[in-house]
This record gives sequence, C-alpha cells and structure tokens, in this order.
Amino acid sequence: MNIGVLALQGDFHEHVHMLDALGVKPRLVRLPEHLSGLAGLIIPGGESTTIGKLAEAYGLVEPIREFGREGAIWGTCAGAIFLSKDAHRDQPLLHLMDIQVERNAFGRQVDSFTIDLAVPFFDDGLENPYHAVFIRAPIIREVRGEAQVLLSLPDSRIVAARQGKLLATSFHPELTPDTRFHQYFLAMARL
Amino acid sequence: MEQQVATFEVKKGLAQMLKGGVIMDVVTPDHAKIAEDAGAVAVMALERVPADIRAQGGVARMSDPELIIQIMDAVSIPVMAKCRIGHFVEAQILESLGVDYIDESEVLTPADEAHHIYKHPFKVPFVCGCRNLGEALRRIGEGAAMIRTKGEAGTGDVVEAVRHARSVLGEIGRLQNMPEAELMSYAKEIGAPFELVRETRDLGRLPVVNFAAGGIATPADAALMMQLGVDGVFVGSGIFKSGDPAKRAEAIVKATTHYDNPQILAEVSRNLGEPMVGRQVTDIPEPELISTRGW
Repeated sequence: MNIGVLALQGDFHEHVHMLDALGVKPRLVRLPEHLSGLAGLIIPGGESTTIGKLAEAYGLVEPIREFGREGAIWGTCAGAIFLSKDAHRDQPLLHLMDIQVERNAFGRQVDSFTIDLAVPFFDDGLENPYHAVFIRAPIIREVRGEAQVLLSLPDSRIVAARQGKLLATSFHPELTPDTRFHQYFLAMARL
Repeated sequence: MEQQVATFEVKKGLAQMLKGGVIMDVVTPDHAKIAEDAGAVAVMALERVPADIRAQGGVARMSDPELIIQIMDAVSIPVMAKCRIGHFVEAQILESLGVDYIDESEVLTPADEAHHIYKHPFKVPFVCGCRNLGEALRRIGEGAAMIRTKGEAGTGDVVEAVRHARSVLGEIGRLQNMPEAELMSYAKEIGAPFELVRETRDLGRLPVVNFAAGGIATPADAALMMQLGVDGVFVGSGIFKSGDPAKRAEAIVKATTHYDNPQILAEVSRNLGEPMVGRQVTDIPEPELISTRGW
C-alpha cells in the first residue's frame, strides 16, 4: 500500500519515521504528480498558512481535493486546518472536511500542552491512554454533515474528527513513539 | 488526566512544526504581514536588522515591547524575539509578553561574558546560536529547545553559515563512528555534557531542531543550507534589505521547500531584483565579528 506524506513544510519527517516503524515506505509529496497511485496521504503539522500557500503555488489544492474523494487523508494540527471547510479566516483550504476549526485556540506557545487521553476506539485505548501533544493547536469548533466527533478533551472541546476516509487531529501523534494513530489511519486507507 | 505545560517536549515540539520553513527578521508590523503572506513559518521581531546593527554600531538590546506586541497582533504565525546573551531579565520580559520563542542572540550585545541564560525554568522555549557541536550541546544543556548555526549575521555572505553547518553536521558524523569508550574524552574535548553527546550519537542528529542562520540572502543560499542537512533557515537582513522584499521572501520560501529541485530553484531565482548589498566576511576585522560572541 502506497502512503504519501505532504512534504511542503512542517514535521513530515516525523510522520515518515512513524510509517517506517510500521513497515510502510512512504512517498514525499511536493508536486501533483507525486499523488498518483497513493492509497493515503498524511498532511503534517507545521504552519497552515505556509502549507496552504505552497500547495496553491504548486497546483496541489485541486489534485488533493480530487484525491480525497477516494483516498484516505489524515491531517495533524496544521493538516487538520488545511483539510477543513472553515478556518474562521481567509487562508487557502482544501474544503474537504465538514468541520469548522479555530486556529491557536488554546493561546500562544506558552499554553502548548500534553495530556493523556483515553481513546475508546483503540483495542487497549482505555487501560493504556494516548499521550497527545498539542502545539499552538487548533480545536474543532463544530462538526457538521457527515463528519463525526472522534475525541474530545475532558472539557468537551473537540480534538479529533472523522468523515469517511478523512481524519483530522488537533494534536501530533507523530511527536510520540506511540504508533496507534498511524495504525488506525493505515486501516482507514485499506478500506 | 492532567494537562502539562512548558515541558521540554512541547518546547521542542514548536521547533519541529517550523521545519522545512523560513523564519524572517521583521522590524515593523507591515514587514510581518509581508513575511506571513510570503509563507514565512515565523517572524523574528526586532528594531534593527543585523545589517543595520552592524552599520550603526552602539549597544544592541532587546526591542521595545510595544513593537513586539504590535507584531504579535499583526500576524497569526509564531513570533520570536531576541534577548542579549545572559540577559535573563530581558528574557523574563519577553516571556511575559507571550512571545512564542526567545532567541538568545549574539546579534545583540552580550550582557554576560561568561554565562548564557539558564533556560530550563522558563515556560517559553529558547533558540540559541552555535558554531560547532560543543557549543550546540552546551546550549541544549542549559535548556535551548532549538539550535541555529550562527553564520555571520548582517553580511549576506553565506560562507560562515556553511562553515558552521558543516562543522556541526561533520562532527555528528564522526561521533557516530566513535567507539563508546571514547565518548567521555570527546565530551571533555568539545566541552559538552556527556549525556547529550551520547544522545546525539545514538540519534545521529542533534536532539533538537537545527536551523541555519547568518548570511542567507538568495533562494540558492537557502537551498544550499537545506542540502547540507539543516532543518530550515533564518533570513535576517537578506529580505528587507533587498530591492523587492515580498518577491524575494516568497522565492526563498519556495526554495526551502523545493531545495533539491534545480528547475524550481532556477525558476524562483529569476528577476528577483537587487539582493542586499553584501559584505565579505573576510573583509571584516576580527573585533567586528558577531559569531564569536557566545561561550
């Protein structure tokens, strides 16, 4: 199975290392032709304005939208913003997931945090919580249409959502050694 | 399920989000907007770019908090600001403003000739400059969550940036082939904490993100540093001291992404207008060098 990682800017190497550990040799995607034959695409953390701008400049927005009709796409943090239909401000977006996100929703860098979350849809997700890393993270303000809430913080703010084969997480599974979210995405891409 | 803030993991995590990107020096909110629109991953708010600090002389200090706040209000991307080496009160002030990263920078006039700031107790992360592996690991030992090679700021001459990147990356290469039994004496030789020497050897890279800085003025310069193996670039005077800052900024952003694609590099390098007027590092008298500041 071919998995791509959008490598315009951000922590794409961290995603590559996670996939390597799972025996998947991912392809770096920088130009539209790199999308062909992929079953899934990961959009990494980074600055969503930079990623969006570069995706526009190199003609990637439409091809990724097209890819998202069949293929699986997972956006982490900036990637989740880029996947959304509504980021509450004017910046390039894929308009694929029916979610409204709010950028930097927890504040500035001094407010970045980690928290261990129970993940009911992992086999061992209750007894073995998931260490979630939030860096100047967005929240998912609203989930509409086909999109569904996957995970929320104890204060009920939404931090993960899914819509068919599209997945958005506010946090960064690529910054931990725990591969469970990557395995979850690979299973989605196999569908 | 407790939230934890200001851990080393989240400090170094922000630097990981900046990878593959360009951090630009800006002196006004308008510059900051131009940088954001060009695709900068962060801006460095300061009163004078290094080329002007170099030309005007005098003591260079932390910027006016008012200016930093205006820049923070102008953009949605992270904002960094500089404090003097060892000036932990300037750092406390910057932290209270809510800047996203502090650069304890040799570009400003050092406040302490023996000690850098002990950075661990701060909630805000720090980036520090280095010329070699020992200096990088001393800074990480003090709590820096991001490293940049120093280069020679304000010159537009990339030669020192290359020297420092080759030095750090070359030393890591040699370290990887070094028998374990030799690590302690190597740590002593380069003046670095033993545990960090060992960690760097095991990782085959610095334990934190490593950008290049100091003298990068063209898209080709940025791509050169990326091909040498750094994680991203800082561009100081190179953008806003050039003929067409918006265009050059965007070109350097594209070159940092497509650093290994000469066709794209050729395309983005076309018709950029005048680059900053450079100054050869070899023409600068020893006492005027900035990169030798830091201990």
